[in-house]
Amino acid sequence: MTELALQQYLDFAYIVAVVLFVLSLKFLSSPLTARWGVLAGEVGAALAVIVTLFNPEVAHYKWVLIPLIIGAGVGVPLGMVRMTAVPQRTALSHAFGALSAAMIGIAEFYVGTAPVTRFEMGEISLEVIIGSLTFTGSLIAAGKLQEILPQRPIVYRGQNIVSLSILAGALGLAAALVVNPAHAILFPIMVVVALAFGVLLVTPIGGADMPTVISLLNSYAGISAALLGFVLNSKVLVVAGALDGSSGFILSVIMCKAMNRSFTNVMFGAFGQVQTSAAATKEERVVRSASPEDAASILGVANSVVIVPGYGMAVAQAQHKVRELYDLLSKKGVDVRFAIHPVAGRMPGHMNVLLAEADIPYDRLIEMDDINGDFPQTDVALVIGANDVTNPAARTDKSSPIYGMPILDVDKARTVMVIKRSMSPGFAGIDNPLYYLDNNLMLFGDAKQFVNSIVRELSGASAAHG
Amino acid sequence: MPPDFISNLYVFILAGFVGFGVIRAVSPLLHTPLMSLTNALDAIVVVAAIIIAGRHETPLTTALGAIAVAASFSNMVGGFLITDRMLRMFKSRRSK
Repeated sequence: MTELALQQYLDFAYIVAVVLFVLSLKFLSSPLTARWGVLAGEVGAALAVIVTLFNPEVAHYKWVLIPLIIGAGVGVPLGMVRMTAVPQRTALSHAFGALSAAMIGIAEFYVGTAPVTRFEMGEISLEVIIGSLTFTGSLIAAGKLQEILPQRPIVYRGQNIVSLSILAGALGLAAALVVNPAHAILFPIMVVVALAFGVLLVTPIGGADMPTVISLLNSYAGISAALLGFVLNSKVLVVAGALDGSSGFILSVIMCKAMNRSFTNVMFGAFGQVQTSAAATKEERVVRSASPEDAASILGVANSVVIVPGYGMAVAQAQHKVRELYDLLSKKGVDVRFAIHPVAGRMPGHMNVLLAEADIPYDRLIEMDDINGDFPQTDVALVIGANDVTNPAARTDKSSPIYGMPILDVDKARTVMVIKRSMSPGFAGIDNPLYYLDNNLMLFGDAKQFVNSIVRELSGASAAHG
Repeated sequence: MPPDFISNLYVFILAGFVGFGVIRAVSPLLHTPLMSLTNALDAIVVVAAIIIAGRHETPLTTALGAIAVAASFSNMVGGFLITDRMLRMFKSRRSK
């Protein structure tokens, strides 16, 4: 077989892989077909990898097979992490993806077989800058999610100016390389500056903003892969990168809308700063609290219950206890559903995965827009570890930092119960007027223990009566 | 401007539209698996890494390529694995 003919076979295999990738995402439109999507993706990826090993350019298998084995050795444990660790695993995989895109771009620069044109220099520089900043940015995000790094935003005065100057520095070095590609020494400096920018980009961002950040980094990782496709003239990379980039972009837009933030606001890192709550009016307001026994008796006589989970449920690992509560109430004939806010948790869809892991049927997990109209007819809204996404001030108080953010209208339920450790304001430091409403009861305590007490109370009661 | 640039740009733009179309149809229920799946698909950069590492031109490019192979292949393996694990957990009441 001549080399040209072989190349055509390889290209054809890549086209098949690309078709399978698109189908893979298409299968994901319904939970019923979603697992077919994984299969389609796997077949496409395996096909692409195998035919690449037959590429005549690959002459030294030692340098390919050993890293492949190492990659599989790292990938399997990362694929087996607990569901609560999925956000940090995802951030880490963005870091790996961006790392490899950056490494390949850098290698391509140093291969230097063909004389580098200005245009190619521009492509490579842009690709390596985005890859590098996504690598360090994702590592910082993973560190924050794993709580190796502080989750609080780390901010200082003039931060945006410093960060943007560093980005400008990286772009300036890229421009200098485009003007004169012979100044190869500038290239590694540019890489280091871009790496530094990635750190500065994510450090000021707080834990509660992670869903947006993760989506944005996802998008960047995709864009860097697509740019790499331009550099290497590889259509399969262009397509895969465009799919990944558009997915991250769509998720970022959804997250932005769910937090009522503009896209530019996010792009320029002005988000996640500590909200200094407008000097809270310190009048004594009445908060009513209740015991697990009270909570159990209220739930026991309800017809419809909506549970609102938040990051606090994940932290307390309460999802399995919540499932027990769901089972008990369902058995009593209570209609129990879960209201999922798009930014609840630390990444898009986080709550759905945790509840699915706890064996709660997915048709009980209802999106915000679909369930908000039902709260006035709901007997009990039980809020577990969520705060800002239930804050009615977002609807009514123009001075509130979260004014305009779409929220779950739990305050419209006949009774609201909020499981919370204490009255301290949430992550963003915003007071929640929900807690002072007449129809609200505070259930003070650890989410897991409190739900457990309710479960024990309910099962004890049903045993006594039944 | 290299002639390939234009054809790549066509592919990029059209793939972007396809991406928007299929991904907007994904239920928010599955946004976490969506992210891990696209991550695994994005790991297709491994094919470029294999060529860089396998050409073995200079020690530097081989090392960079080898790191890229390991990093992207771990994403590919781990990404498909965790996506499948997650999707297996999504059960409806009927299938319970």
